[in-house]
Amino acid sequence: MKVHEFQAKQILRDAGVAVPRGIVARSAEEAVSAFQELNGSLAVVKAQIHAGGRGKGTLVEHPEQHGVELVKSAAAAGEVAGRLLGSRLVTIQTGSEGQVVRQVLVEEGCDIDRELYLGIVLDRAASRPVLMASSEGGVDIEKVAAETPELIFKEHFEPTLGLQDFQVRKLCKKLGLEGKSVKSALGLMKGLCRVFAQTDCSLAEINPLVVTGDGELIALDAKMNFDDNALFRHPKVAELRDEAEEEPSELRAAKAGLSYVALEGNIGCLVNGAGLAMSTMDLIKLHGGEPANFLDVGGGANVDQVTEAFRILLDDKNVKAVLVNIFGGIMRCTTIANALVEAYKTVGFNVPLVVRLEGTEVEEGRRIIAESDVDIITAEGLTDAAKKVVAAAS
Amino acid sequence: MSILINKDTRVICQGITGKVGGFHTRGCLEYGTQMVGGVTPGKGGTEVDGLPVFDTVDEAVQQTGANASMIFVPPAFTADAILEAVDAGIKVVIAITEGVPALDMVHVYEEVRRTGTHLIGPNCPGVITPEECKIGIMPGYIHKKGSVGLMSRSGTLTYEAVWQLSNLGLGQTTCVGLGGDPIVGTSFIDLLELFEADDETESVLMIGEIGGTAEEEAAAYVKEHVSKPVAAFIAGRTAPPGKRMGHAGAIISGGKGTAAEKVAALEAASIQVADSPADMGEAVQRAIAAHA
Repeated sequence: MKVHEFQAKQILRDAGVAVPRGIVARSAEEAVSAFQELNGSLAVVKAQIHAGGRGKGTLVEHPEQHGVELVKSAAAAGEVAGRLLGSRLVTIQTGSEGQVVRQVLVEEGCDIDRELYLGIVLDRAASRPVLMASSEGGVDIEKVAAETPELIFKEHFEPTLGLQDFQVRKLCKKLGLEGKSVKSALGLMKGLCRVFAQTDCSLAEINPLVVTGDGELIALDAKMNFDDNALFRHPKVAELRDEAEEEPSELRAAKAGLSYVALEGNIGCLVNGAGLAMSTMDLIKLHGGEPANFLDVGGGANVDQVTEAFRILLDDKNVKAVLVNIFGGIMRCTTIANALVEAYKTVGFNVPLVVRLEGTEVEEGRRIIAESDVDIITAEGLTDAAKKVVAAAS
Repeated sequence: MSILINKDTRVICQGITGKVGGFHTRGCLEYGTQMVGGVTPGKGGTEVDGLPVFDTVDEAVQQTGANASMIFVPPAFTADAILEAVDAGIKVVIAITEGVPALDMVHVYEEVRRTGTHLIGPNCPGVITPEECKIGIMPGYIHKKGSVGLMSRSGTLTYEAVWQLSNLGLGQTTCVGLGGDPIVGTSFIDLLELFEADDETESVLMIGEIGGTAEEEAAAYVKEHVSKPVAAFIAGRTAPPGKRMGHAGAIISGGKGTAAEKVAALEAASIQVADSPADMGEAVQRAIAAHA
């Protein structure tokens, strides 16, 4: 689960990690008030969307306006906010359609001496979280990792024990932080690691981590992603979900308990099992088609859930044909067959359906379909299924 | 010989009184697995399908001589259940549950390694040694006894592979579902070591997917330590970066974990990689032929 920058900063603020003062604004008037309340000679107006690259990104409606802008008056804050709010911001991470900006963060200016990078992820190979720090802040860290990996310093830590003081001192040496900055780093780095563990983050990133003229460390930007599997034990974090930032069909599928990812193609897929679902997408591509989605109905889905899955696919205007690829283990072929018949009765099929069934209760499942009114193309095996659905979609 | 489990393995089910735990315990019993009991705290003294239920794993082990456990405990309590099994001396722990918080597994993994326990999963379909022992949720009927060792991060995709192999007359020694989570108890490398040492296993099929670097590490291991023919398939060539594709561990992040990188690493280790999921069985045939 993703959250906005202002929400991540609030979580960090509550945990004692240094972040700039900032106020959320949802209208130009609110942005004006925010600037006045901050009472500084300058402020930064930042679009809040669930995507990075906002600084370089621009608005579809006002191409000269970037997603982050320094302003020197309340009036200017209002103007910038007025342009951002309700407009579509396109960044390297949003896709060409961009995302609608529904709130902005008006933040006090910062005395920037240096920009560093700090990030925490779960290191799968080490089976432990790792804190990564680099003196190359404010830039694309993936580029640094690819071109100059020696400039990224890593310290692994145990979630319950946290980052140790000596680890902070080690990193400070490598980052060229001395004196007052070391004290500030102790608070900030240990605090970030503590928050990561206590809120079950999957990613916590501060880029840039600013060193001020005074030697204080402050998080100028903050990005936090949370482990979906752990939200059940963090209800306050779960409340921060912004459904407006999520793809509508993905949201609809999640509410039905289905695992779904929207893609760009025109062949809808309905599969049981994530590995098989990914392979089905690959299979379609291999045979010259383009998958419209990833969809795993899972082993425990009932007829209603599978029917809703059909409806989501059939509601997708891009979809020109659908491939149902099932290898029944826990999921019975009869459940799929019954859902297919139900979907046909309630919504009808406006596109060709290719169905390949195998596994538990396959004979019974095939019989149910054959004896119904449903008009589908049956397939024998994966290759046959792929060829038929690609042909049907073209 | 097979690896991890066989007809003599004695299995308990943690979570046996739950709907899903009970259903699959029955499935394993029907297959011929030696299910000897179950554990649900508070339900000790009761019975499920004639099997005794205990309050603790410790008690269950003492009373039944169980040496393996199948875990169907809900995600909030799965880590605790695994640690309890490890503590009771169970050597093969198979955690089926999906949805375990990732950070819970950090400590569990450490304990598992420290004690030399074989933890399979979480978020896995289980392990099966055909015609001897099934611990998990896979459909038993598709499997045949033979000489191919199978290891996979997936569930139903594994069944596809087994189906293809069985239909080609290539039976299996043991099929292991590693699980779809970012931290799982047993790696491809752990299993390659076991398959290499197993007299009955003559070839290995690895089914991987996007996310992490387990396949790349396995490829490097095969190059140095595996003498038997190995084939592989990687799911997710068309997966977009940054998106979780069902499995918590199936996510390309920071440019790492792409299918392309994995395939390249496997091919560099002379592993036969299937381009299509329809050709996994055939890839094993090619590997065997190339090796001869």
